Amino acid sequence: MKPKRTHLYSLAAAVAFAVLLGVADATLDAFSLRVLDLCAIYIVLALSLNLVNGFTGLFSLGHAGFMAVGAYTCALLTMTPEQKEMNFFLEPIAPWLAHVTIPFIPALVVAGLVAAALGFVIAAPALRLRDDYLAIATLGFAEIIRVVLTNAQSITNGALGLKGLPKFAGTWEVWGCAALSVAFMVLLTRSAYGRALKAVRDDEIAAGAMGVNVFRTKVVSFTVSSFMAGVGGALLGHLLTTIDPKMFTFMLTFNILLVVVLGGMASITGSVIASIGVTILMEALRFLDGPLDLGVFQLEARPGLRMVVFSALLMAVVLFRQRGLMGSREFSWEMLSRARLPWRKGGPAGTDGGTHGVA
Amino acid sequence: MRSFGLVLGAVALVSLGACQKKSSAPTTVKIGVFEPMTGANAAGGAMEVEGIKLANEMFPTVKVGDKELKIELVISDNKSDKVEAANAAQRLVDQDKVAAVLGSWGSSLSMAAGPIVKDKKVPAVALSATNPLVTKGNEYYFRVCFIDPFQGTVMANYAFKELKAKKAVIIREVSNDYSVGLARFFSDSFKKLTGDEGAILSELNYNTNDQDFTAQLTTAKSMNPDVIFAPGNYTESALLIKQARELGITAPFLGGDTWETPEFMDVGKQAVEGAVFSTFFATEVPITETSKTFLDAYRKQYNKEPAAVTALGFDGYLVVRAAIEKAGSLDGPKVRDALAATQRFPGAAGHITFDQNRDATKSAVIKVVKGGKFTYLTTVQP
Amino acid sequence: MTLALFLQHLANALSLGSLYALIAIGYTMVYGILRLINFAHGDVFMLGAYLAFYAVATFLLPWWAAFLLAILVTALFGVVLERVAYRPLRDSPRISVMISAIGASFLIENVGIVVFGGRPKGVQVPDVMNVRLGLGGVSVMSVSVVIPVLTFAVLAILLWVVHRTKTGMAMRAVSTDLDAARLQAIDVNRIISFTFGAGSLLAAVGGIMWSYKYPQLNPLMGTMPGLKCFIAAVIGGIGSIWGAVLGGFLLGGIELLTLAFLPTLTGYRDAFAFVLLIVVLLVKPSGLLGGRHVEKV
Repeated sequence: MKPKRTHLYSLAAAVAFAVLLGVADATLDAFSLRVLDLCAIYIVLALSLNLVNGFTGLFSLGHAGFMAVGAYTCALLTMTPEQKEMNFFLEPIAPWLAHVTIPFIPALVVAGLVAAALGFVIAAPALRLRDDYLAIATLGFAEIIRVVLTNAQSITNGALGLKGLPKFAGTWEVWGCAALSVAFMVLLTRSAYGRALKAVRDDEIAAGAMGVNVFRTKVVSFTVSSFMAGVGGALLGHLLTTIDPKMFTFMLTFNILLVVVLGGMASITGSVIASIGVTILMEALRFLDGPLDLGVFQLEARPGLRMVVFSALLMAVVLFRQRGLMGSREFSWEMLSRARLPWRKGGPAGTDGGTHGVA
Repeated sequence: MRSFGLVLGAVALVSLGACQKKSSAPTTVKIGVFEPMTGANAAGGAMEVEGIKLANEMFPTVKVGDKELKIELVISDNKSDKVEAANAAQRLVDQDKVAAVLGSWGSSLSMAAGPIVKDKKVPAVALSATNPLVTKGNEYYFRVCFIDPFQGTVMANYAFKELKAKKAVIIREVSNDYSVGLARFFSDSFKKLTGDEGAILSELNYNTNDQDFTAQLTTAKSMNPDVIFAPGNYTESALLIKQARELGITAPFLGGDTWETPEFMDVGKQAVEGAVFSTFFATEVPITETSKTFLDAYRKQYNKEPAAVTALGFDGYLVVRAAIEKAGSLDGPKVRDALAATQRFPGAAGHITFDQNRDATKSAVIKVVKGGKFTYLTTVQP
Repeated sequence: MTLALFLQHLANALSLGSLYALIAIGYTMVYGILRLINFAHGDVFMLGAYLAFYAVATFLLPWWAAFLLAILVTALFGVVLERVAYRPLRDSPRISVMISAIGASFLIENVGIVVFGGRPKGVQVPDVMNVRLGLGGVSVMSVSVVIPVLTFAVLAILLWVVHRTKTGMAMRAVSTDLDAARLQAIDVNRIISFTFGAGSLLAAVGGIMWSYKYPQLNPLMGTMPGLKCFIAAVIGGIGSIWGAVLGGFLLGGIELLTLAFLPTLTGYRDAFAFVLLIVVLLVKPSGLLGGRHVEKV
């Protein structure tokens, strides 16, 4: 196949995807749309975690913290003064924040930048650590962020949380962000920089010997990932229209990690497919948590069965199919022509086809 | 594209799954039960659902116009998690097409459902969510309990008038909206009552899931307060009071309605004897005819005493049922208006009248732990 | 601050610190051998506490029998856990092993929620642990005296095992260089199983003592203590048994004494341990008593 033709395919796929999205936006009911939007947010989050964990080989567990910072920044920048006054009924909001209101897109960018700045500050010391030390230190940073958000009542409204965030995160916005993230990741991994990331991951010392500035590469990757996490957090906040510090616990990081591992570390395609799959499965398996009237347990019957399934799934993948769904492979049109149905139905993602078009 | 087809297919599948369950015959009305069945708030959710189910068994139908419709409960677990809660609520109003929503235990979860029910104009009734933000600015959210400010004030009054306390220490669960709110209102009214700006000796904090409170308690002990106000989850509070007694603190502990769970007693054992808290309902003093009906039915079915929030679950169901009947329609705005017009509705946990913020104004009950039982002390009018 | 008040704070700190130390020892052992953060350690701890609870509440065993039974069963569980979740990954990238550990942790917690129920349970504390001892203005429970004694007993036994027995020598060999140990005809798998069993046994001891001090069980009770005790082990120098004890006491002391002197910071408490961790990692990455770890190419 000639590259030209594949570009054409990609373009067609992108257009078709946009049309489908438009149709979905117009026809689906709000619940399905919400799940659809959540898929997009998970794509952003999974890619950002994958950038650090999969592509750069840094095991970071601090994602919830950056999401929290992004979510709070964006919320506080977009809420109207009246909303703020209503929310901060226990303790008034810090005066310098009370009257700031800016449109959503700039606020989203600022949210990403603030998260990135924090990521940068944390990266400098944390990235001197390796492996499990890094994991626990980043987890610690996320925990510290959460504790600070809980206590800084005049800025974050503390445990009361914020409600009434404008519902800006519509289908176009979230899928736009998802498409941008995918496009960015595709470009990045194909660039010299992407190769540097993978070199650092595979062998730090060899990479250093080849002239890659290992530390700087790590810091940049971590900072960019924080940016994306901040944007993802902001989108999540605006989808829910309410946030509080308790949302951003390690549990949230775990969910994203699950997506990344299932999809395959270091595979963009994998992250995209797994984001969609896991989000939908999470909803579809909801019946497991319901009062499954088995006769033995009734009302107190329970709960948590769904998470048992997910944790078991994670274990199973790590133990039996370590590389996840895609390993580090990516979707390409050539792949399709080589094997007509590589992974049974609906395998390769049109989303990626779309972004190849962008690329 | 294919993957998008997959998405659509899967979404459709999910919807199908949801549809199958309901098989919408025109002879039923669906009421959504939006409660945590798992996670940190599962215990509270279970108690509220008990009350709702009991009410549903006793009053399974509603008269709309001249048709007698069967009420079907659609129970949806919000997992004590905000993201899940929003999904669950959306699913209730969108896919299950419920006429009204009941719940949730946990104010922050209710807040996640707020914009969703407002958008779809489906009235929702919170049962025990006491954070004022739940109903504030959302004309579709109601609640059948009183709110934090009232509860904090009630306990401050009790401390000042009954215990003759002059100095208090507050220990609050800083990551819990409920605790933070109660603490603030207690502090304000206690200062006003004593006329002493320094009446609150100290405000100490702890976090959800903490188990060691010795540092805070030792500090509190050294200040020698007349009373310690420590609203919070029963999980932490029981341990906190136990450790206080072990350190030799004798000052009485005051708290809020969340303490009224069997676990509070189970963990605290003898240590929580004498702990005083405000709540919604006491089995010893049935307030209305409905209270008696509820108590008899509950005791018969479960062979134990109901918790206050169970009574609120019962009330929430009845209030919604009455509003649908009065509206003579399942139309959201009409039911909402009927709800808003509710006046002195006789619920199991007292008469319900909604104020302009859609919060119930009703009396509070003060209870004390005595002989391993929650015992009625007094009733406080609003 | 009066002297009595300070002594009370100090007693609180020692009591909490010794508990941290007890659990940190188990962490440090496992890490020393496998270089693996056993994220599931806190959940093994939870399991031990629940087993002891059910042995008393359901099977009506006396507390000491329940204690023995629970720690043995938990040790067995640890051995199985290692075999199922960690051994197959021994030659995989560390990131995989860590993910497996996180997965195992979540799996145990969630199965715990389904099996034990999400609602907390109150523990019947044995009478001998539940005596209030007063001395001057200082008041402690007898369990708070038992724990440090137990901690030092465990420390003594472990030091003896590691330095005076053949198994201990093999453990040190495996810890220094797994492949070299194998070449010395050491049955590496057996040593790792033994270490995991012993580590889990210690986790169970810690869990049960924890439940005597804070008599409330819930399926997530192991998470925070697990993290904090891991931090204690890192502060002390992970892999070093003395270091774990030192780290435990240090962490307990810093947490409670900071709160004692600066009550306004009480809301930030959970952050202390992490701040301390980060500071120690930056200043002395190998921990206070840890040896130098040379990077091998």
